[in-house]
Amino acid sequence: MASKNMMNEQKHEQMVELSNIRKSFGKLEVVKGIDLNIAKGEFFSLLGPSGCGKTTLLRMIAGLEVPDDGVVVINQQSMNGVDANKRPTNMVFQSYAIFPHLNVGENVAYGLIKQRLPKAELRKRVDAMLKMVDLDGYYDRPSYALSGGQRQRVALARALILEPKVLLLDEPLSALDKKLREQMQDELRRIQRTLGITFILVTHDQEEALIMSDRIAVMFDGNIAQLGTPQEIYDKPVSRRVASFIGVMNFLDGKCISKNKTSIVVDVESLGQITFPRDIIPDDTSLDQLCVGFRPEMFTILYNKKDKAENEFSSIVKNVDYYGDMSYYTLSLPNSDKDIMVSMRNTSGRYVYDLGETIRVGWRSSSLLVLN
Amino acid sequence: MKKPSVFLFTFVVIYLVFLYAPIMLLPIFAFNDSSIIAFPLSGFTMDWFIGLMSENTLHRALKNSLIIAVTAAVISTCFGILTARAMARHDFIGKRPSFGLIMAPLFLPEIIIGVALLIVLIQLGVSLNIWTVILGHILICTPFSVSILYSAFNNMDRSIEEASLDLGETRFGTFRRVIFPLVKPGVIASILICFTISLDEFVIAFFLTGVEPTLPVYIWAQLRFPSKLPSIMALGFILLLISLILLAVFEYYRRKSEKLIGKS
Repeated sequence: MASKNMMNEQKHEQMVELSNIRKSFGKLEVVKGIDLNIAKGEFFSLLGPSGCGKTTLLRMIAGLEVPDDGVVVINQQSMNGVDANKRPTNMVFQSYAIFPHLNVGENVAYGLIKQRLPKAELRKRVDAMLKMVDLDGYYDRPSYALSGGQRQRVALARALILEPKVLLLDEPLSALDKKLREQMQDELRRIQRTLGITFILVTHDQEEALIMSDRIAVMFDGNIAQLGTPQEIYDKPVSRRVASFIGVMNFLDGKCISKNKTSIVVDVESLGQITFPRDIIPDDTSLDQLCVGFRPEMFTILYNKKDKAENEFSSIVKNVDYYGDMSYYTLSLPNSDKDIMVSMRNTSGRYVYDLGETIRVGWRSSSLLVLN
Repeated sequence: MKKPSVFLFTFVVIYLVFLYAPIMLLPIFAFNDSSIIAFPLSGFTMDWFIGLMSENTLHRALKNSLIIAVTAAVISTCFGILTARAMARHDFIGKRPSFGLIMAPLFLPEIIIGVALLIVLIQLGVSLNIWTVILGHILICTPFSVSILYSAFNNMDRSIEEASLDLGETRFGTFRRVIFPLVKPGVIASILICFTISLDEFVIAFFLTGVEPTLPVYIWAQLRFPSKLPSIMALGFILLLISLILLAVFEYYRRKSEKLIGKS
């Protein structure tokens, strides 16, 4: 989030401006009137399940798909009627789309050749770019002799060498194994910070979006469900759907029993009546059927006998998911058959509870979120 | 490995004998020192091959056949490229019917095509020459070319073309720098197979050839003279060798094409 300050200073410098973008394939409308501004130098993610329209939106920014309605503006210039090859964007494709008949250097130089540079200059720039993506000395390597991670780097170098205003990444890491993916996430962040180019990443991996982005747009069914920083999206999801897509969230049924200007009182399943500030939920929400949510780490397992909490209950461990650093316990709420998930950090020397053991759980009303 | 049953083994042997024994006669009698095609063999000779060198009508027929085969192969492959590309990447009204009609000559009897073309050409007042044969051969070669090239165009990863556009290349530039190099082995395979088909096609050539015979038509004409039979055997042997070489080269490029597209 290093570029956050810079974003605030240059608030007016929008790099990509989308207004009322619509796209249908046949009878199916996949993008339903999206308005979105992405700032210069921002690392922006479009996050959503497959089929939510995120890739189609990205392809319309690239010019590979033509919107049925709406305007795409990049760097203050309307892109309507501008083909993909004339746009200041470059893309890293999900399949990488490495040209199989060309070697690594020829792949990277592909777009640069159009600029008719002297041979030595061309070679110098390709070598510099290969160095940047950690493929030093791979110029003559045939493209079929590359691993998945290396292909990814070639695709990245090939796009970046043209110095695009916006780099578009279509699920670039989904084909890599976990270790390599984490390494590439760091590397993409480093490259983005070094070059200051606007990156737009399409991903279905919420963790990846949280780690890498300055801002995230969560998309469902062709609409943006929520737009915000990773922390806003994780801490204050606007709907049950966003909440369950990002991280793990426990849900309880709730019912508003009284309200005034500053607060509402909600009767929460099993936990009882809880008072929330009125602005925890928008005014126009129906109050009959509310959903109360909390993250596994927002409830505390009272490990020591003398540990105290605002509210507490005891429960029997029904299941343990042990991740090494963390344990996730499945517990049942008092007077309810609903299971919830509560996590505990396995700080050194801490005992990992076993099935059937009774543990005390503490919580307070500020741990809870009210959703519609 | 399981031992094959006696019945299957016998069947395969009989099948292969019927298939290849007649062809094996070609080299045997091509080198036999007798103008009568019969056993026992009377001795080794190269005379029949040497005799071919002074046959002027044969040389004319060979030249005609080569011109026809090369021209028909190149033009049908060009048509094949255009058709295969259109079928693999574009949607338009009447796509399926037109595809069906282009592929139809694969299943039509050649004699029907030959007779139909002959009638049309005569009605139009076109005189028969090697160009009318080329026309007929393009008609029957194009479907082969399309079926070889279609999979090459269709199996190519779409995002490879999009990547080229995205990197600033024009549509034509993308065809020249990416698509064509990737389908090139398929194009070579198509030219070779069309060349082979045209070279030994008899029926259409017989109807449309006019006064300039092609090689198969020449061979057919020579069969009227029993004394020429050993020369035909020699000629047949040469053609057999050329066909085998072409087939091997074709197969090499076909596999290369699959490999290249498969990797993308």
